[in-house]
Amino acid sequence: MRNPLSDKVINIKPSGIRKFFDIVSEMKDAISLGVGEPDFDTPWHVREEGIYSLEKGKTFYTSNSGLKELKQEISLYLDRRIHVQYDYNKEIMVTVGGSEAIDLAMRAMINPGDEVLIPQPCYVSYLPCCELADGVPVFINLKEENEFKLTAKELLDSITDKTKLLVLAFPNNPTGAVMTKEDLEPIAKICIEKDIVVISDEIYSELTYSGEHASIASLPGMRERTVVINGFSKAYAMTGWRLGYAAAPELILSQMLKIHQFAIMCAPTTSQYAAVSAMREGDADVARMRESYNQRRRYVVRRLRDMGMECFEPYGAFYVFPSIKRFGMSSDEFATKLLQAQKVAIVPGTAFGDCGEGFLRISYAYSLKNLEIALDRIEKFVKTLEAQA
Amino acid sequence: MREKILGILEKNARISVHDLAILLGESEEEVAACIVDMEAENVICGYHTLINWDATNVEKVTALIEVKVTPQRGMGFDKIAERIYQYSEVHAVYLMSGAFDFTVIIEGKTMRGVAQFVSEKLAPMEEVLSTATHFVLKKYKDHGTSLVSKPHDERMLVTP
Repeated sequence: MRNPLSDKVINIKPSGIRKFFDIVSEMKDAISLGVGEPDFDTPWHVREEGIYSLEKGKTFYTSNSGLKELKQEISLYLDRRIHVQYDYNKEIMVTVGGSEAIDLAMRAMINPGDEVLIPQPCYVSYLPCCELADGVPVFINLKEENEFKLTAKELLDSITDKTKLLVLAFPNNPTGAVMTKEDLEPIAKICIEKDIVVISDEIYSELTYSGEHASIASLPGMRERTVVINGFSKAYAMTGWRLGYAAAPELILSQMLKIHQFAIMCAPTTSQYAAVSAMREGDADVARMRESYNQRRRYVVRRLRDMGMECFEPYGAFYVFPSIKRFGMSSDEFATKLLQAQKVAIVPGTAFGDCGEGFLRISYAYSLKNLEIALDRIEKFVKTLEAQA
Repeated sequence: MREKILGILEKNARISVHDLAILLGESEEEVAACIVDMEAENVICGYHTLINWDATNVEKVTALIEVKVTPQRGMGFDKIAERIYQYSEVHAVYLMSGAFDFTVIIEGKTMRGVAQFVSEKLAPMEEVLSTATHFVLKKYKDHGTSLVSKPHDERMLVTP
């Protein structure tokens, strides 16, 4: 039989998380600080709306770009939260999670050989999506001393005449870094000067703990060159509903919609009805969860620092990204030994790019009780390491 | 800060001032002082434990009694409420809007004990016009906490 596979797909590296997941699954009664999703249940009024839509038999396709009511709510939301106006009819589409929107944006804009700037550490899907779209990924290694923000110099140093896109993902998974309006201004200026389009993945926008979330799309001259990606998974604890959206100028969005139309048809109808309720009545739920995450964030940072782990203060998402460099072992080694010795699963920073070496991603999307137990075990582990040294 | 302290204590009265201060990003001294003030002002009225008695071997019945009364001149409802809530069997008393005046929640060891309380103590009060007693058959949720289901983490151990 001839080789049935595509070389392009074969050459995509499997996710580093996957490898770690396999090790963890073997371990009985391990406790984990390794998830990238909220621990809260979807608010009941949202679930109820989904159930009601099923009872009413709303089980058909919606239009390709999504339910009109939902797109209208998204348009209102974006106006309210990031102060950018989008025409719900031509500039907003509902996708299967933010992940689909990332894929669509890359495929709609990349020509073979176009360079895509990907600041790392970052979420695992930008690189493969770029490669599948025949783009050339160019990594920018973000630094801890800059609190893992992208600086103007780092950006300028990476731009060539082939550079077409920049991926910005703040608040960031895995570092928890945020970029303020002041941080984004010089980046926006360069993007305009160098004619670069930004894919702004703002899926964690509601989980910002100091000041208001800033979107680069809201800066002068940027709306026309930004694809804003967001979704319901993190803000409303709706990961399993698989619902996200993209907002972009019609020129770009209409092409993204074309791919979506043929590949997906439309996002799940039940989820879309539920999401309308999330947007209309969910502000209080979001505030409640944000406050709870913020409390846990303070607790985890404090505990880590008390046990002598260096970590910069993360102001977004639900991750802490401590450095383990002083223990003289790789992230992989540290995570594996911690799992074996204390049965705590934490994702090594290298799962999010090579420059994550020397760091760990600790998720605090867990109850305080769970965090306390896990951190006690990490503390024990750190003490053993120190005793050996 | 008060509201946030109360929000946490309401769910976990056993949390230490040390941890509370960390969660709120405030100093221990400030948090401790704030709690002392709220105790003095009767904002914090006690630190109780939420117990699901149904899961123990202890016999307990809870009854919810709708009480209609004639308010006394010059005293309104407060004086009557006081005469009711002084009884140790009375768990809670609320003044209500609508078809009756007070909701009285009684906790007793047996249904008979509760019935006795209603017929011998509550109903004969001068101001009480009528009572309607409802026994609680099963408690599903109390103080914002489900008593029948335990939270269970269904998430995969590691996800991106």
